[in-house]
Amino acid sequence: MPELRYIRAINQALADALEADPSVILLGEDVSAAGGAFGATRGLRDRFGAERVIDTPISEAALAGAAVGAALSGLKPVLEIMFMDFTTLVMDALVNQAAKARFMFGGQRSVPLVVRTPHGGGLSAGPQHSQCLEAWFAHVPGLKVVCPADPASAYGLLRAAIADPDPVIVVENKALYATKAEVPEVLEPLPIGRAAVIRPGRDLTLVSYGGAVHTCTAAAGILANEGIEAEVVDLRSLQPWDEATVMNSLSRTHRLIVVHEAVEAFGIGAEIAARMADIGFDELDAPILRIGAPFMPVPFSKALERKYLPSADAVVQAARKVLA
Amino acid sequence: MTSSHQAALGENQMLKLYADMLLIRRVEERLGRLFADGEVPGFIHLSIGQEAVPVGVMSALTADDTIASTHRGHGHAIAKGMPLDGFFAELLGCEQGLCRGRGGSMHVADLSIGMLGANGIVGAGLSIALGSALAHQRLRRNAIAVAFFGDGALGEGLLHECLNLASLWRLPLLFVCENNGWSEFSPSAGQITFRLADLVPAYGIPYVASDGNDVVAVSTTAADIVAHVRREGPAVLECFTTRMRGHYEGDAQKYRDPAELEALAARDPIRIAKEYLRRLDVGEERLQDLLTDIDCRIEAAVAAARAGSAPDFETAKADTYTRVDMH
Repeated sequence: MPELRYIRAINQALADALEADPSVILLGEDVSAAGGAFGATRGLRDRFGAERVIDTPISEAALAGAAVGAALSGLKPVLEIMFMDFTTLVMDALVNQAAKARFMFGGQRSVPLVVRTPHGGGLSAGPQHSQCLEAWFAHVPGLKVVCPADPASAYGLLRAAIADPDPVIVVENKALYATKAEVPEVLEPLPIGRAAVIRPGRDLTLVSYGGAVHTCTAAAGILANEGIEAEVVDLRSLQPWDEATVMNSLSRTHRLIVVHEAVEAFGIGAEIAARMADIGFDELDAPILRIGAPFMPVPFSKALERKYLPSADAVVQAARKVLA
Repeated sequence: MTSSHQAALGENQMLKLYADMLLIRRVEERLGRLFADGEVPGFIHLSIGQEAVPVGVMSALTADDTIASTHRGHGHAIAKGMPLDGFFAELLGCEQGLCRGRGGSMHVADLSIGMLGANGIVGAGLSIALGSALAHQRLRRNAIAVAFFGDGALGEGLLHECLNLASLWRLPLLFVCENNGWSEFSPSAGQITFRLADLVPAYGIPYVASDGNDVVAVSTTAADIVAHVRREGPAVLECFTTRMRGHYEGDAQKYRDPAELEALAARDPIRIAKEYLRRLDVGEERLQDLLTDIDCRIEAAVAAARAGSAPDFETAKADTYTRVDMH
């Protein structure tokens, strides 16, 4: 199997989508001539022209609103918001307009737009360039949210998002951009709303998404040395999320830990834990645990950030606790 | 300018503009009564006194052109051609409404005629129209987009972003400011330090102003500026007009000077349009027939809406998404 970098997978998904559908356009700050702040759109202007790969001023609010208007008028805009922290500036367009237009206009038209945006720490990018805000969007009826953990799913989920008739927020973990992994010879779109069991195990279930999936696989490796077999579920999609796959795993392992980089309080983990405590109550042999970042801004200093980010050790300790 | 406008419009054109305005007026007066009687739920914001703006602007548009409207959007919707049955049924919250009773007054939309929705967020229509104009341009349509906004939106930063982007990309976008002097319950003069006329030249795009209560002035100015937008790119049209009712129905308007409210009658756009018709020797009888016909159409639509059914909850919920594979 060939190897591909996460960022190249995104680039290829964008190229293939532009090739497949003439109504797809890319919009964003520095996406065209400069090829994107992280290089996700590199080379696309040369292939598809500045008419479809469009450099924009630093006007996030207007661009997101324009994406809604363009989507209602026949285009499929893919908007890059350079850091997820900047999505604070596009909230009206996404929450009040994009998410509701189909519903509040009586289903007259869908809003096929995609917002791509990187979240996550680990790069000392500081409090305003590191946040994981995906739970905000997952909380809004009308939006879909995906968060790929590896190159194949970065390709597959982005293709699916662009093909989807509804607004989709594609959250990319910027610490993963430079990572490489094996991918199938032929990359395919992946269905939104479907999780994957990426490591089978019988003793407990670790549910995660994005960068934290790798924290979980690292923890599972450590636990295996102790004879504990942890199953790792990569959610891939947060809204909708794959309740059936998580439930299926829980009904075999009877123990559940949800792990994410976003702050633990009021997060995706809280939703999954609450839902599984409800429908999975009879299967549980231990309380469901959550592991996320502490309730504080993402710090800058390496010394602080290292302690801030959920670690494989924390997952291992939690696993021992639910198995005790 | 008025005399040349008068010369430019014949009897049939003038009658059409008058009829379109009268339709909006009578629809909103009817809505006001339905609201007072408790038949229209929620909030409604009437545009009585501003009818010349949507009618004048829409007289310069084609069916392919798109508009994004405001919370005070009934006039835009009706002038663009929204069917009365679907309109009233929506405002009464029925399944037969254009938005199946999900949006109501503040979100009434008809995508099939290029009406991209009223909007509950001040200024939000600016960027939606911007995107629609971008689609027209990139898909090589001959259409333009129009963003209606009030002077209250002059305080929104989004206006600056949209003016800059429209100018940068030479988008077929007409900004129409309906300046009625009020930002909800406060005079805009106490909130906005600049004049749009002074701001717009900084973006390198044309600005024109019109008496927003004179439908002949609005329609002739709009014809010229719409032609420019279609040919060359964005422009701003500011229409100075009057909000004759409160911010919303039920607003006692204690913040308004009674003398100001009294003086509004002389500026009534329907009255001004009637003057034109009188000078064209259109008899009172014809105007009376027109009114009767409009009221009949309205009553038929109200009756149909009253006979409408309540929307189904599960159908509404299912429309949150076009398609969900899981859940």
